Amino acid sequence: MTEANQSPARPTGSSFVNVGERTNVTGSAAFKKLILAGDYARAVEVARQQVENGAQIIDVNMDEGLLDAVHAMTTFLKLIAAEPDIARVPVMIDSSKWEVIEAGLKCVSGKPIVNSISMKEGEDAFLHHARLCMEYGAAVVVMAFDEKGQADTKARKVEICERAYNLLLGIGFPPEDVIFDPNVFAVATGIEEHDRYALDFIEAMREIKARCPHVHISGGLSNLSFSFRGNEIVRRAMHSVFLYHAIPAGMDMAIVNAGQLDIYDQIDPVLREACEDVVLCRRPSVEGEQTSTERLIDLAESYKGQDKVAEKAAEEWRGWDVVRRLEHALVKGIDAHIVADTEEARLIHARPIEVIEGPLMAGMNTVGDLFGAGKMFLPQVVKSARVMKKAVAHLIPYIEAAKEAGARPKGKIVMATVKGDVHDIGKNIVGVVLQCNGYEVIDLGVMVPWSTILETAKKEDADIIGLSGLITPSLDEMVTVAEEMQRAEFSIPLLIGGATTSKVHTALRIEPAYDGPVIHVLDASRAVGVASQLLSDTQRDPFVIATAKEYQHIRDVRSGKDPSVLLSLTDARANSFKPDLSEKAPPPEQPGIHVFPEWDLADLVECFDWTPFFRAWELAGTYPAILSDHVVGESAQSLYKDAQAMLDRIVSEKWLTARGVVGFWPCARDMENGGDDVDLYLAEEERHVRLPFLRQQIRKSKTRANFCLADFIDPDGDWIGGFAVGIHGIEPHLERFRAEHDDYNDILLKALADRFAEAFAERLHSHVRTTLWAYAPGEQLTNEALIREQYHGIRPAPGYPACPDHSLKPILFELLNATENAGIVLTESQAMLPTAAVSGFYFAHPESQYFGVARIGRDQVEDYAPRRGLPLNEVERWLRPNLD
Amino acid sequence: MTPRESLLAQAAQRILITDGAFGTEIQNWKLTEADYAGSLGLAKDQKGNNDILALTKPEVPESIHRAYFTAGADIAETNTFSANRISQADYAAEHLVREINLESARMARRVADEFAAQDGRPRFVAGAIGPTNKTLSLSPDVNDPGFREIDWDFLVDVYQEQAAALVEGGADFILVETVFDTLNCKAAIMAVKRLERDLAREVPLMLSMTLTDLSGRNLSGHTVEAFWCAVRHARPVTVGLNCSFGATQLRPHVRALAQLADTLIMVYPNAGLPNELGEYDEMPDTTAALVREWAEAGQVNVLGGCCGSTPAHIAAIAKASATLPPRALPTPERVTRLAGLEPFVMAA
Repeated sequence: MTEANQSPARPTGSSFVNVGERTNVTGSAAFKKLILAGDYARAVEVARQQVENGAQIIDVNMDEGLLDAVHAMTTFLKLIAAEPDIARVPVMIDSSKWEVIEAGLKCVSGKPIVNSISMKEGEDAFLHHARLCMEYGAAVVVMAFDEKGQADTKARKVEICERAYNLLLGIGFPPEDVIFDPNVFAVATGIEEHDRYALDFIEAMREIKARCPHVHISGGLSNLSFSFRGNEIVRRAMHSVFLYHAIPAGMDMAIVNAGQLDIYDQIDPVLREACEDVVLCRRPSVEGEQTSTERLIDLAESYKGQDKVAEKAAEEWRGWDVVRRLEHALVKGIDAHIVADTEEARLIHARPIEVIEGPLMAGMNTVGDLFGAGKMFLPQVVKSARVMKKAVAHLIPYIEAAKEAGARPKGKIVMATVKGDVHDIGKNIVGVVLQCNGYEVIDLGVMVPWSTILETAKKEDADIIGLSGLITPSLDEMVTVAEEMQRAEFSIPLLIGGATTSKVHTALRIEPAYDGPVIHVLDASRAVGVASQLLSDTQRDPFVIATAKEYQHIRDVRSGKDPSVLLSLTDARANSFKPDLSEKAPPPEQPGIHVFPEWDLADLVECFDWTPFFRAWELAGTYPAILSDHVVGESAQSLYKDAQAMLDRIVSEKWLTARGVVGFWPCARDMENGGDDVDLYLAEEERHVRLPFLRQQIRKSKTRANFCLADFIDPDGDWIGGFAVGIHGIEPHLERFRAEHDDYNDILLKALADRFAEAFAERLHSHVRTTLWAYAPGEQLTNEALIREQYHGIRPAPGYPACPDHSLKPILFELLNATENAGIVLTESQAMLPTAAVSGFYFAHPESQYFGVARIGRDQVEDYAPRRGLPLNEVERWLRPNLD
Repeated sequence: MTPRESLLAQAAQRILITDGAFGTEIQNWKLTEADYAGSLGLAKDQKGNNDILALTKPEVPESIHRAYFTAGADIAETNTFSANRISQADYAAEHLVREINLESARMARRVADEFAAQDGRPRFVAGAIGPTNKTLSLSPDVNDPGFREIDWDFLVDVYQEQAAALVEGGADFILVETVFDTLNCKAAIMAVKRLERDLAREVPLMLSMTLTDLSGRNLSGHTVEAFWCAVRHARPVTVGLNCSFGATQLRPHVRALAQLADTLIMVYPNAGLPNELGEYDEMPDTTAALVREWAEAGQVNVLGGCCGSTPAHIAAIAKASATLPPRALPTPERVTRLAGLEPFVMAA
C-alpha cells in the first residue's frame, strides 16, 4: 500500500494563494540571521522547506539596513535558481527599493511578481516602473499609496486603486497581472480611528474588484495583529478570522506563514468571537462598557490551552490479545487504538513487515471476503481501509529504516481523474477497495494530464491504468489517454470508470484507440474482480478475449443500426412542442441578480434527497425504505448515523458555506434561425445574449413532440432565469482527513457536500417560485413532493440531458457573474469548482418539462455551431456523447 | 501592412513554411579554410564559422536561401545563429558582428523580394538570433551554483547589437531560436524592446524554445507551459519549438503549447535523431509525414526543419501540409499566468 501522491494533481487555479514569507528578512528573524551571517546554504534550505510545506509562491525580501540588499537579493535568487525543487514555483521579488527589484528581475527566469510599486512618488515614476515590469515580464503588486500617503479608509483605498488601474491600462498593462495591496493596518491599538482598518480593507476589496476587472488582491497579515506581539495564540486567531472574512470578499493571496494559521472552526469560540468583534468592528463602543479591543486584551491574558479530552474507557475487546484486536479493529473499522495496537504488534514481531503480512493482511482478507460475499458494504470497507492505512502509516518509517522491501503487492495500479475533471468520490472508493485487496494504488488525484498518467505508469512500472471522470467532456479526454498509450506503445490494461462512462462508449470510442485491453468497470465492487483476472496468468487471456469480443459485438450492433430513426432538423422543428402561451408565467416580482452569500445550512439539511447519497456508496434502494432493507439495511443505518453525526458538526461548526446566485432576464424565443434560440436582453448593458438550445431528433410516436428548451419560451416576450450554487470550505477538512489517512470521512464529507449542493439548488428553486419570481406564491410542498418534482417549472443544467452542451456554462456564468457572486470557477472541460456545485436555467412555463435531447444529427450540429458561435470541431467535441 | 499583419494574414489562409538547416547544406560545398577566411585577415581560423560566409563567400548562403524558397518556403531565416559578440569572439571576429548581420539580412531580403516578385506571394525574412554559448541561469562551476559567466546587462547589449543590424538589413522579424535558457530569451526580448524604443516602431518577435529532455523541459528547466508564461509579455508573432529531437519526441509538447498560446505556433524539428555516426538520415517523406500529424490535428501554423533537414525535406513538408487548414488561434481565458520552472495559474 502506498500513500496517494497528491501533488501533481492539485488544481493550480482558482483557490487562495499562500505566499511563503519565511525567506523575508523583515518577516523572519531566523532568515535574517542566516543572511546577515552569509550562510546562504542554510537560507536556501529555508526556501526549500517552504515550498515543500506548500507555499505556492515564495516571497524574497532583503530590505535590511545592515545588508547590501542588491547583492543579497541577486545572490539568493541565483542560488535558488539552481534548485529545481525550489525554482519550480514563481518568485515574488519583494523590496521597497526599485534598484533591488530590478536587480532581482535580471536573475529570475520564469514569470515573477514584483512587490511592489506605487504612486508614492507620483505618476511618472509609477508608470516608468510599471513599463519596466512589463518588459521584464512580471506581474506586479501595487500598493494603495499615492503622493498623499498610504490609503487608510475604504474610500481612499478604492480611489487610489482605481486611479492606478486606469493608469496601468493606459500603458497596455495586462489587468490580470495587477495585484492590489490595499494595506492591512494594525487594529486593536487602543486608538479609535484604527478600529475600522480591517473592516475597511474587507469592504474596499469588493469595490476594487467591481471597478477593476481581472485584478487580484493581496495583503500582508502580520501588521494586523501588531498590538499582540508575543501572544502567538491571539495573533494566529486574528489572522485566521481575518482571512475567513477577507477571502470570500475577494482576497486572492496573502503573504503568510501557512503553518501558523489556525483552522477557523478549531479556534476557541470565545476567542474567535472576540477576534471577530475586533476585526469586523462589530460592537459599537458604549460609554462605561469595555470596548471590543479591551475585551480581546483581557481574554488574551487569560487565554490558556485546554487539556485534551481523555480517551474513552477500554471496552471488552480491548482485553484480547493483540493479533485478535487488530483483526477486530479492521473488520469493525475502529481506529481509536490502532496505532497503539500496531506498535504493540511490531514489538512482538521480528520485522515490522511481518505485522503487515501477518495480522493486518489477515484482517483485510476477512474484510475482502466479507465484501466479496456481499456481507459487508462499501461504507464499512472504506472505514476498514482507514484503519489499515493508519496502521501501515505507523509501520512505514520502521520498514524504511530497516530498508526492507514492502509487502509484495498483487499488482500496481495507477489511477487518475482525467484532465479537466474534478470529481473523485467514485475513484477514491475504487482505490480503497483495491488497496483493501492487496493492490498497490498510485492515486494521481484529479485534473491529471495524460502525460503525467503515462509518465507515472512508466516510471512505476504499473500493471494497470485506471481512469475516472464524471462529466461528459472527460469521455473525450479518456480517448486521448488511450491514443497516447497506443502511441507510447503501452500494452498494460486500461480500466474506465465513472458516472458518464459506459460499456457502449468504451466499446465504440476508447477500445478502438488502444490495442491493449480496455475494460469498462461498472462500479467499485467489480474493480477487484477485473483487476485480479487481468493480472492472473491463467484468467487474463480468456477474460481479455471475451471482453474484446463483447465490445466488438456492441460495435457491430451499433453500426448496423438504422440511421433513419433520426428526423431531419427541419422535420424535428416542424414537430416542436407547442405549449399554451397564454399560460406563461408573469414577469418576476424581483428581477435582476440576487446573491446569497451564506444560505443557512440547517435549512438545506431539511431538503436533502438521501437516495442518491446511498447510491454513491453503492447501496441500492430508496430512502427511507433502505434503512430497513433486509440486505443492506444495517449497513445503510450505520452510514446514515455517521452522516447525521457529521452533518451536526458541519452545521454547528460551519464547516461549509453555501453560496448561490440567481438571476432573471427578459427574453424571447428567437424564431429567425429555426426557433431553437432564446434571445436574452440585458437592459443595463444594452446588449443581447443568445442561448442556443438543442432539439430532439429521435422519431417520435404521433402524439409526442420533438422537444427543445426554447419551445417553453414565448416568441412575443417572456422571462428566463439562471442560477449557480456552490458549497465552499471543504478543503481544510478534507486535508485534515487525508492527513489522518481517513478515506471514510473524506468520502463521507464529499458525498454530503454534493447533497448540500443539490439541496441548495432545490431549495433555491422553491424560493424562486414562491418569492423571487413568485409565479407560485402559494406553493406548499413537502420534501418528498419536492423530490418528486411536483411543481411547475424546471431547472435544467448545461451538460445534462435536456441541455447537453456543457459549453453553455460559461455563458450562464457570465450572465450571473457566478465566479464572483458564488465563488464558482469552471475548468477547461467546464467542470465546476468547488466540486459540490449545481448550475442551470429556470423555465417557468407550467408545461415546461425535463426531456433528453439524446442522439442528434449532423445537420443539427452544423446548424448549432454558428448559433453557438464556436467552430464546428469544437462543438462536435462538446456534443460527442450525443453524436455517437 | 506591417510585417506582423502581413504574416497573420497569410497564416490565416494556410500553413506557412519556414526554411531548413544551413549547416548541412554548407557542408555539401566542401569549403576550405581559405573559402571561409577570405581576405579578412582575422587572427584565428575561420573554418566552421558559417555566419562569416556572408562576407567571404556570400554565394553559398544565397544559394541555400534560393533552394529553400524554391522548395516552397515562405520564410527565410538569416544565417546568423552565431553572429553575436560572444560566439564570434571564438573566431576573433567580434568587431564584424554588425557587418555579418547586416549583410546576411540584406541578402535574405533580396532573395525573398525576388521570389515574391515572381509569383506575388509575400516572402518574409526572420533575423535569427541564437542563444550564444553562455547562460544567465546556470553556473558553469558545479562547486559554485551562484556563479554566472555573464550578466543580464551585458547579454542585452550583445543581443541588441545583433538585432539592430538584422533589422537595419531588412529583417521583418527577430527570431530568438533554440532557447535553452529562458532567462537568455528574456534578455533578448528586453533587447528588442529597447530597439523598438530606439526605432520608434514595432519589431515583432518570433520565439522558439528547444527541449533538452523528453519530459519537455529546456536546459534551464522550464516546461513549455512555463516558458510561454515567462515570455508571453513579448507578444511574439510566433512561438514554438525547434531543434531538440525529431518530430516524434516533440509531439506532446507541441500539443501542449498549441492549446495554450494565443499566437501562431511555429515548429521546426530536426530530421529525426542522429544515427550512430551523428548523421541525420530521416528521409524527407518520413519527416513530412510526422509533422503532417500536427497539421492534421490543427496544432501548427508554421512548419519547417532544423538540423539535418534539406530543401528536399522542406519541399516534402510543404507538399504534405499544403491542403491542410492552419491552426485556429485559441482564446484562452483571462487568468494570471506566473511561472517558476512550472506554470502557475491564478483564476482572474
